[in-house]
Amino acid sequence: MNWRDLQSKLAGTGYIAGPDLAMALALMARLERPFLIEGEAGVGKTDVAKALAEVLETDLIRLQCYEGLDANAAVYEWNYQRQLLAIKIWEDEDLSVDEKEEHIFQERFLLKRPLLDAITRERPPVLLIDEIDRADEEFEAYLLEVLSDFQVSIPEMGTVKAISIPYVVLTSNSTRELSDALRRRCLYHWLDYPDEEKELAIVHARVPEMADALAGQIVRFVQALRREDLEKKPGIAETLDWARALAGLGMARLDEDMDAITQTLLCLLKTRADREQIAPEVVDRLVARAV
Amino acid sequence: MSGAGRSAGPESGPAAGVTLFAGQSTAPPDRHVVRQILRFARHARDNGFPVGIDESLDALRFAESADLMDRGEIHGGLRALFCASAADWERFDDLFESYWTYRGQRTEVQVSGSVNRPGGEADAPFAQRLGIEGGNSGGGADETPGGASAAERLAGTDFRHLHESRDLQAVNELTERLARRMRWRLSRRRRVRARGRVIDLRNTIHKSLMHGGVPMKLAFKRRHPRPLKLVVILDASGSMSLYSGFFIRFIRGIVENFAESEAYVFHTRLVHLSAALREKDIERAVERMAMMSAGWGGGTRIGESLRSFNRYHAKSALNSRSVVMIVSDGYDTGPPEVLAAQLKKLRGRAKRVIWLNPLLGWRGYEPVAQGMAAALPYVDLFAPAHNLESLMALESYLYKL
Repeated sequence: MNWRDLQSKLAGTGYIAGPDLAMALALMARLERPFLIEGEAGVGKTDVAKALAEVLETDLIRLQCYEGLDANAAVYEWNYQRQLLAIKIWEDEDLSVDEKEEHIFQERFLLKRPLLDAITRERPPVLLIDEIDRADEEFEAYLLEVLSDFQVSIPEMGTVKAISIPYVVLTSNSTRELSDALRRRCLYHWLDYPDEEKELAIVHARVPEMADALAGQIVRFVQALRREDLEKKPGIAETLDWARALAGLGMARLDEDMDAITQTLLCLLKTRADREQIAPEVVDRLVARAV
Repeated sequence: MSGAGRSAGPESGPAAGVTLFAGQSTAPPDRHVVRQILRFARHARDNGFPVGIDESLDALRFAESADLMDRGEIHGGLRALFCASAADWERFDDLFESYWTYRGQRTEVQVSGSVNRPGGEADAPFAQRLGIEGGNSGGGADETPGGASAAERLAGTDFRHLHESRDLQAVNELTERLARRMRWRLSRRRRVRARGRVIDLRNTIHKSLMHGGVPMKLAFKRRHPRPLKLVVILDASGSMSLYSGFFIRFIRGIVENFAESEAYVFHTRLVHLSAALREKDIERAVERMAMMSAGWGGGTRIGESLRSFNRYHAKSALNSRSVVMIVSDGYDTGPPEVLAAQLKKLRGRAKRVIWLNPLLGWRGYEPVAQGMAAALPYVDLFAPAHNLESLMALESYLYKL
């Protein structure tokens, strides 16, 4: 697929991707490399995968990483209850231990977790490995192996080869440095906060009922707010929440009701320190500039 | 994008991505384009981008399908392919621009040569305490006379009283070894103690087969070893200058040996040091660190430096297993409230906060400096760090955590 087609199809699902991102996604589909997206929280990293799955009309399989995530939770697990039952049922059968063992380590006793699931589908799914930086280094190394060979070895059964190669999207908030090997294996994209034009397009796409004038004011306000000295800058989701809140209040202009602004600012500022930082005077200044 | 190479046909199986041009029906791009792309790939590699053969080949596969007249598309595709980190991402535009516009202006950083060191010798009894077996890496020709007493003397000597180059050499090496030794003991402890009481179903079932499925022997999951994470924040101000050389070595030993450790240095502002410290050659590491801190003026601002640590680094550097080690004499020119507030914040995010103060080893020293007094309530351990003995005492503290 040409990147321009991809870009417009993504826009059709409500995801506004810049040309760079669309090119990289097109390239990923062609080269069968995993795609690593880094960026601040709230710039829409996870949504890339969701939108891509929608465009490709395929399933999204999500693996949320956390500290202590191990292969059992990510790749496969034996269904112990069924195994125990099976052993009981075969208790009186005249079978050797080896034969029994062979029986209980069959595919029907296997619980597929996201990684194994993703490589054993007929139609390649989008595999989202979210916040890979939260997982441990050992898991990262294991993941690298799976992503390079696209096969999983299960000691009791042998090697499971990929039926199809999934579109792999990894996201990272850089809470930990990722290994060079994994980085090299992946295509890379740094996703920044959207510029005014792009954010406006996003608001239009996601909150279509909003009037143009107010949408522009909201986006300019948020853009200016991000330049303030904040602990946690508002992401795209925050902009959209705020836009919906203001639309719900039936506002037409940002400067018509300062109280409403102050009260709904909770949508944008999520820590107490940030709320103290943005004093009413600052809000006045930002509103005046945005209108 | 439904993808020729992605189908599960027998020829283009899962390994298709490995083969060049696998599953492609189009002809490879013409030779001129191939040469240009490969040259640019080499140029990127020369400039420190992680571009290997795989990336070069993929760049060619990309060029087959890309619109070669569209500069934006070439730029976007190669950027995704050749970059591996945010730092690469930022540099790529310049590289691309300079290459295709000015044809390869090479930007290389010259690093000055390292200083040769004579092989210093550590003495046996002290060496044994540090867990060093037998001789050491240095040449045997340069034996330090004096045997045990010399080592004992060195261990107890305040770093600022060391002047002879031979003493310095020995202490430097011992410092590095001490750091290495600390990590060895720390990790060993976890191997012995870490044993969870969670039943491992997989192994239990495996073992139950021989008893006809009755789980006679339970298998337990061992807890995954979770090493401590050390974060060192070093004061490099003038008042600390007598000590910073030693701490750089000590910290380097730690950074080298603890997989998860980070080091920062501050004077008027905070600089992330880990990359400089991973430099193989210690002299060069010290040189780099001197370069980083060069030109800093004004008073030490501990509070401000901790603020910037909390804001920009704490999220990635700290977790519940982190031990923060601040090495400073506590002379802060900023307001003590800032220091106290920032330290409190830091304390909330880390497991322990240790403050090492070289002055504490001086006879009659009291932590009266305003900053130090403000900091004390938020510090778990306030310890001296003026000689090797005091650094070794630290080991037993970390051991008990």
